[in-house]
Amino acid sequence: MFDFVSFFPRAVMQGIPLLYGSTGEILTEKSGNLNLGIPGIMYVGAISGVIGSFFYEQSMAGQPLVPFWAIAIPMASSLLGSLLMGLLYCFLTVTLRANQNVTGLALTTFGVGFGNFFGGSLIKLAHSDVPSVALPATSAFFNRTPAHAEEFSAFSQLFLHYGFLAYLAIILALVMSFVLNRTRPGLHLRAVGESPATADAAGINVTRHKYLATCIGSMIAGLGGLYYVMDYANGIWSNNAFGDRGWLAIALVIFTIWRPSVSILASILFGGLYILYLYIPTGTQMEVKELYKMLPYVITLVVLIIVSLRKKREDQPPASLGLSYFREER
Amino acid sequence: METVKNAVRMENITKRFGTKVVANKSVNLELHEGEILSLLGENGSGKTTLMNMLSGIYHPDEGQIYIHDKPVTISSPKDAFDNGIGMIHQHFKLVDVFTATENIVLGLPGKLDLKESSRKIREICERYGFDIDPNQKIYNMSVSQKQTVEIVKVLFRGADILILDEPTAVLTPQETDNLFRIMRNMQKDGKSLIIITHKLHEVLAVSDRVAILRKGEYIGDVMTKNADQQSLTDMMVGRRVSLNINRPAPVDPKPRLVVEHLTAYDELGVKRLDDVSFTANSGEVLGIAGIAGSGQRELLEAIAGLYPVKEGTIRFYDPDVDYSDPNKKPIDLVGMDPMTIRKAGVAMSFVPEDRLGMGLVGTMGMTGNMLLRSWRKTKGLFVSRKEPEAMAKRIWQELDVVTPSTNYPVRRLSGGNVQKVLVGREIAQEPAVLMTAYAVRGLDINTSYTIYNLLTEQKLKGRAVIYVGEDLDVLLELCDRIVVLCGGQVSGVVDGRTITKEEIGLLMTQHRGGTSHE
Repeated sequence: MFDFVSFFPRAVMQGIPLLYGSTGEILTEKSGNLNLGIPGIMYVGAISGVIGSFFYEQSMAGQPLVPFWAIAIPMASSLLGSLLMGLLYCFLTVTLRANQNVTGLALTTFGVGFGNFFGGSLIKLAHSDVPSVALPATSAFFNRTPAHAEEFSAFSQLFLHYGFLAYLAIILALVMSFVLNRTRPGLHLRAVGESPATADAAGINVTRHKYLATCIGSMIAGLGGLYYVMDYANGIWSNNAFGDRGWLAIALVIFTIWRPSVSILASILFGGLYILYLYIPTGTQMEVKELYKMLPYVITLVVLIIVSLRKKREDQPPASLGLSYFREER
Repeated sequence: METVKNAVRMENITKRFGTKVVANKSVNLELHEGEILSLLGENGSGKTTLMNMLSGIYHPDEGQIYIHDKPVTISSPKDAFDNGIGMIHQHFKLVDVFTATENIVLGLPGKLDLKESSRKIREICERYGFDIDPNQKIYNMSVSQKQTVEIVKVLFRGADILILDEPTAVLTPQETDNLFRIMRNMQKDGKSLIIITHKLHEVLAVSDRVAILRKGEYIGDVMTKNADQQSLTDMMVGRRVSLNINRPAPVDPKPRLVVEHLTAYDELGVKRLDDVSFTANSGEVLGIAGIAGSGQRELLEAIAGLYPVKEGTIRFYDPDVDYSDPNKKPIDLVGMDPMTIRKAGVAMSFVPEDRLGMGLVGTMGMTGNMLLRSWRKTKGLFVSRKEPEAMAKRIWQELDVVTPSTNYPVRRLSGGNVQKVLVGREIAQEPAVLMTAYAVRGLDINTSYTIYNLLTEQKLKGRAVIYVGEDLDVLLELCDRIVVLCGGQVSGVVDGRTITKEEIGLLMTQHRGGTSHE
């Protein structure tokens, strides 16, 4: 029998990093920047948080952590790490007008390497027996849920057993949706992504909007990495454990046709599909498991095909996505 | 003497691009309050550049701009708005997926209140006689509606100085009249307007005064009431230009291309061509008239093998074949692609509407673009650049193309020169049928006449020339016969020598059922 009450929270926890990634990437893409560096940025967000909390835990030398700092330090270092990645991307693509695809892919390679390099260094510093760094004390603060652990009503299990970063992800997605569709900054940002020349002629600072959207987007995506390691993985960093979630986050952007509010449900769906193979009894047939693991990607492909078939203008990517803007071009 | 107040005064404006190109050289221009000023000049004479400095797109290298006699620095579009200047660009600056209202309020500060804004927009529309729905999406709008949105946009910002960059290039005669009516309404309301246009009769119809630029320099101004087409052209070009199109009688007209019952649908299943039938004869220029989007593009592309045909035939009669022999049959082009058409021995040339998209490769030079047409003629693994180089040189000289070398990217040439390269190449193929779509769109008067003469030359050589045009005056002067399209149907095939402009205008808006002249 399929156990929904235990499946759903796992799906949500799988989905939250994807939701952060896709919210950040939607904001970025709305400014016309196709940031394929998101997987790398999420890695950097995660390892930066780990580095921050590692040194904080070390400095306390076994003393109990101050709750405020235990959360603020990893958060701040994670945000700083992904902000720097976003800035680098903007400097290359907006200021120097480098090709966005190439820059993004390079940042992903760089980010993963950066994460593994410093991950490896920390593992050495910690003199760990296993190839991982454990930060249980910090993780305990990120793991705190609104419901007491002993509360086991279905409602509480389904909705109240998550750390604060999970709720923040959903709030951010809702805020993003509101800002993009209902406010003037959102209107201006969408104009920049659709037609920078139009925005420019209307007196909107294209460069500033692209920088802001991309950097904030990167920081949001980076939080996805932080959530993964501090909450989902209980504070245990091991190299490459984050896997290909960053790419799934980008797939999610297309899947939700650039709508952060849809992304909330879609990320849970993707998270569910990602772990579905654990809940479907396949016995010893490993190859069937692998087929189940394909599902999120297959569904993204199907959505891509459907969206391109429908040709509805509102469902298309921002018109100038992936293109650099240069005003005095003649 | 009456004292005039200046809305705009530009003093000694110079703008360079790079070190070589001087777009404007010490230009002095005045716009009086409450007048409509025409800014006239050939392609590349720096009109748009000059106006872009008023609207904050470019910044002048030298010189001073005064608005209402106050010296100002305009370094961004926002500065321009703040000074009450609004520019309606030739290429609309609108976001397709936004509504009219969203586009109009774009860039303004304050809280976003689309309802209130829509109300204000309706108010402006009523005041000046615009007809748009503020909640309609731009991609659902016609070109003329988009232009209206652009104009409302600048009025919404409270602009009292409006600059219109070739606003009529994309409009039908009726829409143009309507625009002029609105421009006069704005003038009555105290606004000052500058209009850039190539069409002299429009200059004469709408403006109070004409200012003329030539090669980036200010030549002078003249009151419209003291000017006529000839005097304006002479000032613009700098020498006397003949404004008559020579139209010799058709040479031995025989059917060359017979189109019958042609019907075609686009990818969304919308009927674009509906039972179109006509004959293009050798030795004559066949005009195709119609409101933009009436099926002109689809028709030419269908003939060229680029557009899928659902029903009908396109029969090609080879000039070298004697069809009195019952064994000889004309070639049906339906279902062929451009390659098979060429292989079947049909010499056809097509000058498409989208010069740099379909016609030429922008980043290649003249030689490279010639090569695109000729490489198949050379055998073996390697292509020879000799022949195309020679052809490029010939076109360069004969058509007076302004380019530093035959290897200079054609994308960087001005519109008129790009068109000369394209038309030159296509004519050099010695086609039996020459099709041109909007061959003079965006070209200045001098280049336009060069193109007309080239087409007439082709006709005298016994070729069938098909000319899709938008300027009715030219169609009437150039073409021997005119096919009028309306909504994908042929609403009439008329004699270019006897029909009047009004009759064609009527046919352009009239579906089949009206009387047709032959």
